Amino acid sequence: MYAFDYRRPATLNEADLALKAAPGAKLLAGGQTLIPTLKQRLANPGVVIDLSAIPDLKAITRKGDTLHIGAMATHAEVAGSKDVAAAIPGLATLASHIGDPQVRHKGTIGGSLANNDPAADYPAAALALGATMHTNKRTLSAQDFFQGLFATALDDNEILTEISFPIPKRFAYAKFPNPASLYAMVGVAVAETAGGPRVAVTGAGTDGVFRVPALETALTGGFKADALKSVTIPTTGINGDIHGSPEYRAHLIGVMARRAVAAA
Amino acid sequence: MTAVTMLVNGKSVTADVEPRTLLVQFIRDHQQLTGTHVGCDTSQCGACVVHVDGKAIKSCTTLALSCDGAQVTTIEGVGTETDLHPMQAAFREHHGLQCGFCTPGMIMTSIDIVRRKGTNLDEATIRAELEGNICRCTGYHNIVKAVAAGAQAMGATTKQAAE
Repeated sequence: MYAFDYRRPATLNEADLALKAAPGAKLLAGGQTLIPTLKQRLANPGVVIDLSAIPDLKAITRKGDTLHIGAMATHAEVAGSKDVAAAIPGLATLASHIGDPQVRHKGTIGGSLANNDPAADYPAAALALGATMHTNKRTLSAQDFFQGLFATALDDNEILTEISFPIPKRFAYAKFPNPASLYAMVGVAVAETAGGPRVAVTGAGTDGVFRVPALETALTGGFKADALKSVTIPTTGINGDIHGSPEYRAHLIGVMARRAVAAA
Repeated sequence: MTAVTMLVNGKSVTADVEPRTLLVQFIRDHQQLTGTHVGCDTSQCGACVVHVDGKAIKSCTTLALSCDGAQVTTIEGVGTETDLHPMQAAFREHHGLQCGFCTPGMIMTSIDIVRRKGTNLDEATIRAELEGNICRCTGYHNIVKAVAAGAQAMGATTKQAAE
């Protein structure tokens, strides 16, 4: 690691001030991506601002038809939350399969979403559920938030504080994990929402998480796995690498989508 | 340098560290507690697992300064040579190791599994829960047996203590 200065603000306001005072600073959430990145000297932020001492950012609450999850809630906390299990059980299941138990004790939903790793699980859920991202400055729809590989609409001095999920009729996420890394080769999140069916895919897009209109249309007539059988996913924009060709991943999208719908 | 204070195995310790100091470096180099190992240094292998505020985490992927004010338990804090923790005793009894390098992390993880999943653990649960701990010697069979037995023994100990 390159040397850096460290701040651990106790409030969001202090964090905001620390960010403004240190252009180029990095926010540390659970650190399960940032610390490995620092260790490899792939980042040299000068200042690291640790958000772990701000208690307000960890709350998980249900208000009416919306589930609110603080950005610093860990994967283990989301997986174990009674409110999440009652409102969107598929989201708790998703959280319970991220990484390994130790990573789930540290990694956070906000860290995952702000990092927008193209193989991370949460972005697909946020996009399929039509989540709203709350920052210390504004709110953003998931659609507007994700902007390609490791890219989001967050400004340099903006802090993701909370994610709110409209509670859907049904939701599930199915992933085909790479057996070594456990990252999604393909992960598909499906939701039956008030605005109709939504399908979002992680792990497969050359430009990160994306929705699949053809699958959404197919589900409009009935939220059943069989409804997806006739849909072929084109390989345009689908990622190919040593783990799988675009054709393989495109095929997996259909398979994972059907599994997710069956599980929802 | 920044001052950090934490409770390590019940003892309050303070040190001046560089902000980039990892928790595992703090434990091994500053506290000379070398039972916590560095295996992969990339948060895959679990040789560095310790408990922070009661939860198993990978100390190679945690900053020491993030643990300011926290309670940290390492393998040295769970039992002694003459009075092993039930999970340590089970690893010895079932020979849940060969070279032993992964064992401290395995034991710290296993104690955490019992905290979360209880003392009656089936094989599938144990194997799934050991996802973050790699052993390159044993093929895991004896480790799985040791965790199941250790969990049972922890249940018996708790029961005895309650009686």
